[in-house]
Amino acid sequence: MNPDASTIAAGAPIEVDLSPIAEGQDIKVFWRGKPIYISHRTKKQIDEARAVNVASLPDPQTDEARVKSGHEQWLVVIGICTHLGCIPIAHEGNYDGFFCPCHGSQYDSSGRIRQGPAPLNLPVPPYQFVSDTKIQIG
Amino acid sequence: MSGPSDYQPSNPALQWIERRLPIFGLMHSSFVAYPTPRNLNYWWTFGAILSFMLGMQILTGVILAMHYTPNADLAFKSVELIVRDVNYGWLLRNMHAVGASMFFVAVYVHMFRGLYYGSYKEPREVLWILGVIIYLLMMATGFMGYVLPWGQMSFWGATVITNLFSAVPYVGESIVTLLWGGYSVGNPTLNRFFSLHYLLPFVIAGVVVLHVWALHVAGQNNPDGVEPKTEKDTVPFTPHATIKDMFGVTCFMLLYAWFIFYMPNYLGDADNYIPANPGVTPPHIVPEWYYLPFYAILRSIPNKLAGVIAMFGAIIILCFLPWLDSARTRSSKYRPLAKQFFWIFVVVCILLGYLGAQPPEGIYVVAGRVLTVCYFAYFLIVLPLLARIEKPRPVPNSISDAVLAKTGSRSTPMVSTAIVLALAGSLFVGSIDSAKASEGSDTPPGNKWSFSGPFGKYDRGALQRGLKVYKEVCASCHGLSYIAFRNLAEAGGPGYSVAQAAAFASDYKIKDGPNDAGDMFERPGRPADYFPSPFPNEQAARAANGGAAPPDLSLITKARSYKRGFPWFIFDFFTQYQEQGPDYVAAVLQGFEDKVPEGVTIPEGSYYNRYFPGHAIKMPKPLSDGQVTYDDGSPTTVAQYAKDVTTFLMWTAEPHMEARKSLGFQVFVFLIIFAGLMYFTKKKVWADSH
Ligand code: FES
Repeated sequence: MNPDASTIAAGAPIEVDLSPIAEGQDIKVFWRGKPIYISHRTKKQIDEARAVNVASLPDPQTDEARVKSGHEQWLVVIGICTHLGCIPIAHEGNYDGFFCPCHGSQYDSSGRIRQGPAPLNLPVPPYQFVSDTKIQIG
Repeated sequence: MSGPSDYQPSNPALQWIERRLPIFGLMHSSFVAYPTPRNLNYWWTFGAILSFMLGMQILTGVILAMHYTPNADLAFKSVELIVRDVNYGWLLRNMHAVGASMFFVAVYVHMFRGLYYGSYKEPREVLWILGVIIYLLMMATGFMGYVLPWGQMSFWGATVITNLFSAVPYVGESIVTLLWGGYSVGNPTLNRFFSLHYLLPFVIAGVVVLHVWALHVAGQNNPDGVEPKTEKDTVPFTPHATIKDMFGVTCFMLLYAWFIFYMPNYLGDADNYIPANPGVTPPHIVPEWYYLPFYAILRSIPNKLAGVIAMFGAIIILCFLPWLDSARTRSSKYRPLAKQFFWIFVVVCILLGYLGAQPPEGIYVVAGRVLTVCYFAYFLIVLPLLARIEKPRPVPNSISDAVLAKTGSRSTPMVSTAIVLALAGSLFVGSIDSAKASEGSDTPPGNKWSFSGPFGKYDRGALQRGLKVYKEVCASCHGLSYIAFRNLAEAGGPGYSVAQAAAFASDYKIKDGPNDAGDMFERPGRPADYFPSPFPNEQAARAANGGAAPPDLSLITKARSYKRGFPWFIFDFFTQYQEQGPDYVAAVLQGFEDKVPEGVTIPEGSYYNRYFPGHAIKMPKPLSDGQVTYDDGSPTTVAQYAKDVTTFLMWTAEPHMEARKSLGFQVFVFLIIFAGLMYFTKKKVWADSH
């Protein structure tokens, strides 16, 4: 009952052009039926994400480990709440990040879980920069 | 108890079969001669009620499956087509959807009955465990069935519930992928759920056979909890139990019919009339009511894995009940303390159910934790402890003694039920206001609708005027894609003739093709065509309307609602109030105000609306006085337009409502007469047994 060949084939990598996304905005693309948030973070958001004491987080991870170096302004995360799979809303909640409407989990501007029942940070999908304004997800 | 039967059919053909397959003897010894304790009360008719419900679900389900399409793009539409176009499709669908809820109502009564009278105790442990297995299978079946209409709640319910398995350490993710057949809930998921939803009821039927078999080996428990000893303690199953069960089933059917014909959407969720959208999570994900207590337990534990374990544990613990409660006395009738704790436990379950439907914040979370502890404490502390310290009252020697002793002292389950309900009620009166205030919009005012109540009918004039308002105003942005022009001439609709509907259709240009040359072309509409949508696709609709696609209006009055809150949802059951949707739609149409109140900020490109959740609506004020001319002299005011177009949209959402209500009345008359007949027959049959 695992995914069939066509489902797997449809899950091949996709390319996304980042140039239209202004600072402070984000877009949602679908890859493998999952929403992927690509946000162009502001300076403030990056600083906030880097200022926290990593050891105090429920799922400790530095912001540096969640973005590609040289492209710190881009946060790419799978927009599926790690609690029970709802889609968090961007730019909501107390941490300048994401807020899940289902059971109230809150994620910060690095997509890390800060409050609520979700156990883990929003996962970062496999991706790389093919040029400065284009990424390949998958 | 049911030993080999000495039953011999008198018909030679049947004798021939009987010698080769003693099936008639088996039937006779199980359902005719079978000795049943003579002191059984009406709580014991729920076994028959459950069998009836299972039969009903399988029968309606098989027919529905003939018309349903299990495909993510077509499922939602195919369900709507069943309701609109299949002969009596609305009846089948209501029977099946309401039937699932009724099945759970009956199973909960049946289980609490078993709990109260100690029906799980030696020698009925296996019987009880088989029952728990049936219950689990029912939950799985019910859950997968709820996914099939592929509405928003279907989709997100499926997402949340399948994700429960991701809590399993190490292999969780792969289990979930296996369940989905993909990387998220999607078409493969829907297909396999359909397959399993069709299979599981037959598995249930198989386990039910085992359940009945085990019942017939151990014999039925009874309200006094003493085993039958002599002939005098029992009566033959037929006619005594048969007729009593028939009466019980008929009474239950009255409740069932109440929902089917008068409030089919009372138990459902308005969000499920919005097609599934993987990109948007509804603000409140609520499972079907029968899972709510377990959902409350899940949410009250702040750790994911622990929450999932607690939720499943809450069900699995039932399997161990026969050993947790080691008291010798079966029936709580003779256990003064156990009886009180039982009722407390019932209240705990009801309150957990209530909490499961509330947003997980503030007081609700705390209450959920307390009640979760109470739930487990009942099984793990109270019952084992009571078995040791409680001094039960003396049990009668035999069933016939108990029957003789029972003169005026009718047992009090009814009284206790009333007490429990009153208690549950008073506990939550305080929380209504907070629940209401948090919605961020005003409660729509109630209206007088011609279609409300058990004899409600659409006002033809309002339908015709509403159609005009839709055509001249709403249609420029909103589609009406489930309505065909032919529907305008159908019984229970706006009352146009076939010719009028055809003329109406021919005003529209419909895209058709390809023709012989392979080109698409336009032609005048025919009665079989559907109302064309103003935009070619959702993206175009979104782009043309500042990012918010105007929703299709065919189902809008059923897809929108507002929270009624406690205690209104209880009164609604009796008053048959079903008009949240129309009230909301009419209120939004009239709720635009130029002056934005203090403290509310409306973003650029949005408008202030009193009744819209969050107040900021993308739709500009659509109606103003005198905008549409009426030929019948009705006032051309916004209030009148709103009322007419809402009536029209109620009809588009429920085109068969008049047929439903009038058939409902006939069914009720029949059922009441039939129940009366059954009651007096039962009295006659039991006359010399009491
Ligand atoms: S699914 Fe996001 S908090 Fe539960």
